[in-house]
Amino acid sequence: MKTENPKAWFFVLPVLLLVAFNALVPIMTVVNYSVQETFGNNVFFWQGLDWFEQILRSERFHAALGRQFLFTFLILIIEVPLGVIIALSMPRKGMWVPVCLVLMALPMLIPWNVVGAMWNIFTLPNIGLLGYFLNDVLGISYDMTQDPFAAWVTIITMDVWHWTSLVVLLSYAGLVSIPDAYYQAAKIDGASPWKVFRYIQLPKMKTVLTIAILLRFMDSFNIYTEPFVLTGGGPGNSTTLLSIDLVKIALGQFDLGPAAAMSLIYFAITLLVSWLFYTLMTKDDGQ
Amino acid sequence: MAKITLSNLKHSYMPNPKGAEDYALKEIDLDWEDGGAYALLGPSGCGKSTLLNIISGLLTPSEGKILFDDRDVTDLPPDQRNIAQVFQFPVIYDTMTVRENLAFPLRNRKVPEARIAERVADIAAMLEVQEMLDVRASHLSPDNKQKISMGRGLVRDDVNVVMFDEPLTVIDPHLKWKLRSKLKELHQRVRATMIYVTHDQTEALTFADQVVVMQDGEVVQIGTPVELFERPQHTFVGHFIGSPGMNVLPVSENGGRVTFEGHSVALEGAVSGQGGSTELGIRPEFVSIADAGLEARVRKVSDVGRHSVVEAMVGDTAVKAIIEGAAPEQGAAVHLNFAQAQTRLYRDGWIATEVSP
Repeated sequence: MKTENPKAWFFVLPVLLLVAFNALVPIMTVVNYSVQETFGNNVFFWQGLDWFEQILRSERFHAALGRQFLFTFLILIIEVPLGVIIALSMPRKGMWVPVCLVLMALPMLIPWNVVGAMWNIFTLPNIGLLGYFLNDVLGISYDMTQDPFAAWVTIITMDVWHWTSLVVLLSYAGLVSIPDAYYQAAKIDGASPWKVFRYIQLPKMKTVLTIAILLRFMDSFNIYTEPFVLTGGGPGNSTTLLSIDLVKIALGQFDLGPAAAMSLIYFAITLLVSWLFYTLMTKDDGQ
Repeated sequence: MAKITLSNLKHSYMPNPKGAEDYALKEIDLDWEDGGAYALLGPSGCGKSTLLNIISGLLTPSEGKILFDDRDVTDLPPDQRNIAQVFQFPVIYDTMTVRENLAFPLRNRKVPEARIAERVADIAAMLEVQEMLDVRASHLSPDNKQKISMGRGLVRDDVNVVMFDEPLTVIDPHLKWKLRSKLKELHQRVRATMIYVTHDQTEALTFADQVVVMQDGEVVQIGTPVELFERPQHTFVGHFIGSPGMNVLPVSENGGRVTFEGHSVALEGAVSGQGGSTELGIRPEFVSIADAGLEARVRKVSDVGRHSVVEAMVGDTAVKAIIEGAAPEQGAAVHLNFAQAQTRLYRDGWIATEVSP
C-alpha cells in the first residue's frame, strides 16, 4: 500500500537544501570547470574532455597516484592487523578497561595539523627528540627532510600512531559483543586459541572490521594536512600524495581546469574502490 | 559415560564469603547415576546454572569435590572432562557449514577423518538434519541452530554427561514441544547421562526421570515428577510445581490437632515434631466443592479450558480449587472439602506428616 503524506517534504526539504549547497552545487561547479578553460576575468572557453585526457596521460598524475596507493596499502597492512592484535590483548572487564579506552582514543582527539607539526618537530634531525636520538645517540643516519626513505618511514609511522586506535576501538567493540557462551562452547569443544580467533572472534568482528577498513581507506586516500605539515610533499616530490598534488595544481599553479578534472577522477577512484571492497565483503551475507 | 558425584560442594562468587548468604551454592551432595535423565529445576537465581558450570568445569567450586566415576576432576579444565554443554542461545560457528560444525569437536581431538564422517552421518540422521549438512550454519533457523549445538555435544561417543542450560529459551513455542520430544528420544538412544537445567516445570517434568528442585543455592527435593507432584517435601516444591501451585495455608497446631480458620482439619497421617510455624498444604486438584465442609465465599473464577480455577475465601485466607464441570458463580457461598489423603502439614516449610500405613 502506498501512503503519501505531503508533510514529509517539510522535513526532507531542509536536508535537501543543505546537501545541495554543501555538496551538489560545489561538485557541479567542479564539473563545470573541468570542461572549460579560463584566462581570468570570468571568461570561459569550452574545452570538452581535453583536461581529463591530459590528466590521465600525465606522468605526474601517474606518479602521485602510485604514491597514493602505496601509502594507503602500507598503512592498511600495518594498522588493521596491529589494531586487531591490540584489541585482542585489551582487558574485557575490570578497572583497566576505561584506562585503555582513553589511552587509545587520545591520538584521535588531536587535530590533523597539530599531529603533523608534532611529528615534524619530533623527527627533525639534531633538534627533534627522535631525530637527535637516532642520529646522535644511536648513530643511524636519519633525515626526513633529505632522504625520501626516511620521509616515508615518518609519514607511515605518523599515520599508524594517529589512526590505529580507530581499528582498535572498532574491533574491541566487536569483541566485547561476543557472548561468553561462545568461548565456553569453544573450550568444551577443545578449540585451540587460534581456532577461537579464526572461527569465533574474526567472524564476529567482520562487520566492524569492514567499516574500519573502509574508513581507513577513504581517510588515508584523501589524506592532506598531516603530510603537508610534516614534509610538504618532499623531499623532491617523494611524498607528494594525490591531494597535495591537486592543491599544488589548483592553488599553486591556478590551473582550475586540469585540477577540476583531476579531482573528479580522484573522486571516482575513491568511490569505485570503496564500492568494490564493500560489495566483496558483504556479498555472502545476503544469501 | 560415568556416574557423577558432587560432594560437599559450595560456591561463592565473592573472594571472602562470610555468612551463608554469600554463597550461590550452599552445600550440595548429589549423585547422578550413569545414563540418567535429570532435570535441575528452580527459579532464576537459585544457583542451577552455577551448579551446571561447576560440573562442566567452566567454574571451579570454592569448596568440595566433583567425581566422575570416583575420579576427582575438580581441577580439570572443561576439554579434559569429556562433557558436552548446550547453551541458552544456540552457539554455532557461523562461517562453517553444518557438517563442519558437527565435525569440529572431533577434529580438535584429532579423530581420524573416516570415523568423523561416520559419526557426523549418524548424528545428522538422529537429529534429522541430513539435507542441510552443506548449508552455512549462519543461515539456519534458531531451532535448527539449537539442534546443531546439541549435535556437537552428542557427536563424541565418549561424553560423560551432556548438559542443557535452558536450551529452549529462544525457540518458538510450537517447536519447543518437538525439540523436547526429540531430546527425550535422543536420550533413550544414546543413553548418556543428561542434565537439563530449566525454570519451566513442564520442560523438567516431561524430560527427566529424576527432577532436582533447587531454591536459594540448596537442593530442596529430588524425585520423580510424580513424587514431586504428589508429596512435595517442602512448601516451595509444592508451590513451584503445579499450575496453580499447592495451597499453603497458615494453621495452628496443637498436639497433632490442626485448626484452620477456626475449623479442625483432618490430615493424611500422624504429625511429627513440634513448635515452629505450621502450614497446611493441599493441591487445588484435591479441593472440591461439597454440600458440607468449610464455609467459603467464591472470590474469583477463571476458566482455563478443561477446568476452572476457583478462588474462594475461607475467613481471610484464599483457597484455590480446581473444579471440573460447572463452576459456582462469583460471590456464591460454598462448602469446601479437602481430600484427607492429600492434606499435609508443613513445619517451618518442611513436611511434618507421615503417611499412615
